[in-house]
Amino acid sequence: MNKYSGFGLLKHGLSYHENWQRAWRNPKPKAKYDVVIVGGGGHGLATAYYLAKVHGVTNIAVVEKGYLGGGNTARNTTIVRSNYLWDESAHLYEHAMKLWEGLSQDLNYNVMFSQRGVLNLGHTLQDMRDIQRRVNANRLNGIDGEVLDTQQVQEIVPIMDCSANTRYPVLGASWQPRAGVARHDAVAWGYARAADALGVDLIQQCEVDDIITEDGAAVAVHTKQHGLIKADRIGCVVAGNSSVLAKMAGFSLPLESHPLQALVSEPIKPILDTVVMSNHVHGYVSQSDKGDLVIGAGIDGYNGYGQRGSYSTIEHTVQAIIELFPIFSRVRMNRQWGGIVDTCPDACPIISDTPVENLFFNCGWGTGGFKATPGSGHVFAATLAKGEAHELAKPFSMFRFNDGSLIDEHGAAGVAH
Amino acid sequence: MFYIYCPYCQEHREEEEFHAAGQAHIARPADPDNCTDEEWGDYLYFRKNPRGLHHEMWVHAAGCRKFFNMTRDTQSYEIKEVYKMGEQPQIVSEQDSIARGTA
Ligand SMILES: Cc1cc2nc3c(=O)[nH]c(=O)nc-3n(C[C@H](O)[C@H](O)[C@H](O)COP(=O)(O)OP(=O)(O)OC[C@H]3O[C@@H](n4cnc5c(N)ncnc54)[C@H](O)[C@@H]3O)c2cc1C
Ligand SMILES: [Zn+2]
Repeated sequence: MNKYSGFGLLKHGLSYHENWQRAWRNPKPKAKYDVVIVGGGGHGLATAYYLAKVHGVTNIAVVEKGYLGGGNTARNTTIVRSNYLWDESAHLYEHAMKLWEGLSQDLNYNVMFSQRGVLNLGHTLQDMRDIQRRVNANRLNGIDGEVLDTQQVQEIVPIMDCSANTRYPVLGASWQPRAGVARHDAVAWGYARAADALGVDLIQQCEVDDIITEDGAAVAVHTKQHGLIKADRIGCVVAGNSSVLAKMAGFSLPLESHPLQALVSEPIKPILDTVVMSNHVHGYVSQSDKGDLVIGAGIDGYNGYGQRGSYSTIEHTVQAIIELFPIFSRVRMNRQWGGIVDTCPDACPIISDTPVENLFFNCGWGTGGFKATPGSGHVFAATLAKGEAHELAKPFSMFRFNDGSLIDEHGAAGVAH
Repeated sequence: MFYIYCPYCQEHREEEEFHAAGQAHIARPADPDNCTDEEWGDYLYFRKNPRGLHHEMWVHAAGCRKFFNMTRDTQSYEIKEVYKMGEQPQIVSEQDSIARGTA
């Protein structure tokens, strides 16, 4: 693999950028692998990368029905933060945050991780009490966080309407300075390129339509395009399609798949240099390096796999954004889309063994898993390498829904992000 | 955007008057005190979540406020039928009808 560098850019400039190496191979699948990962989104690709890099397992295939990163990875609004309430989730998301901080160097790929800070607004007394509690919990876990009052919020975001004149006045916010955004495609591509360089087979246009079991153990996946691919262990990382894959293996999951929409505006001059989120009026917005405002909506209440949602949901979101930023009222929206998110009853993921031996699932990230991509891949790789859950993943077993040890993160995950 | 027929109001109304209320026909265990953790957890949390035909509850929240059932395709979003609480669907997927037959 050619190393990317400033010098390389210059060198390739001399030959009109016509001689760049392909970022990854396009191999035919082998008959058998040590590990088959189903789903070539950020989480699946990160899992493959850390399996190869940290655990030395290189006989791996990532099987993707469409193209790499074409699922929720490429559809999300890219907010990265780690200020979750409970120890279990705070540790997991902070583990990811630490990996984010060195990711571009580690992958030799610019993932454009920008720690521009995230504000979670409070609009009621109860909001502010919850924010106090969460920030205190975060600080006890060594995670940066501050409680800001209205004046301090106004100083960070001068264009936001923080007056007492609004229907839901801004009373303050929690502020995580190390939080921010990253370039979603680059995350998928960076992991893909680095995994490929370590020998991982990335197999696109290859849809798993059955999981083959023998005596209660998974032994192979069946694919539409390439037939059977055998594996010692199988890891499913298919986000909104997790229930469909689980059904192939004969069990169900505590998940429901919902459309989640986002929209971007026409590009405008730099006007917002941080990320603003509000649970209460339910909206969130940041500005991309290209200049478009990136706005996320809520989930549609019904189950759906159609990668599109209802217009009324967008309308509500835009109302919330205009309430906060009257200055955006005449900005035109350019594009709008949906992804299918796998929501879990306690708003926490599932990183788990299953009723089927040698079959593992990493799912349930719902509306907020992009931020966890490096950490999720890192702990799931350990789980797949050893056949038992990584220390940080243990609380996230699917069996917590039978023994009652749920991890309620509805507060920290209240707005879909 | 759905245009939904409420079987109680007997009218088509816009989606915004309704709320989706989750999977239909989930039977509460008859003897909750003697359920295993597995049975109780399955009842509370585990869902079918199919890609395709699905039976779900909706509530006409800004109308008659009654709950009713709907059979809908979660891939095409096509509404196949609506029917009142306590009634059974006319349209069922192959797998559902097999399960029903053995139940
Ligand atoms: C609109 C929107 C906004 C969001 N905003 C944020 C945010 O701001 N911050 C945040 O942290 N998170 C956010 N999220 C959530 C985040 O996008 C996801 O949690 C995360 O990207 C999931 O990554 P993944 O790799 O597990 O899934 P995906 O990227 O969806 O990858 C799963 C892959 O599996 C493949 N697949 C499915 N079925 C099969 C099969 N049968 N065979 C082979 N392959 C299959 C799919 O094609 C897909 O590529 C948002 C999501 C959406 C939709
Ligand atoms: Zn009605």
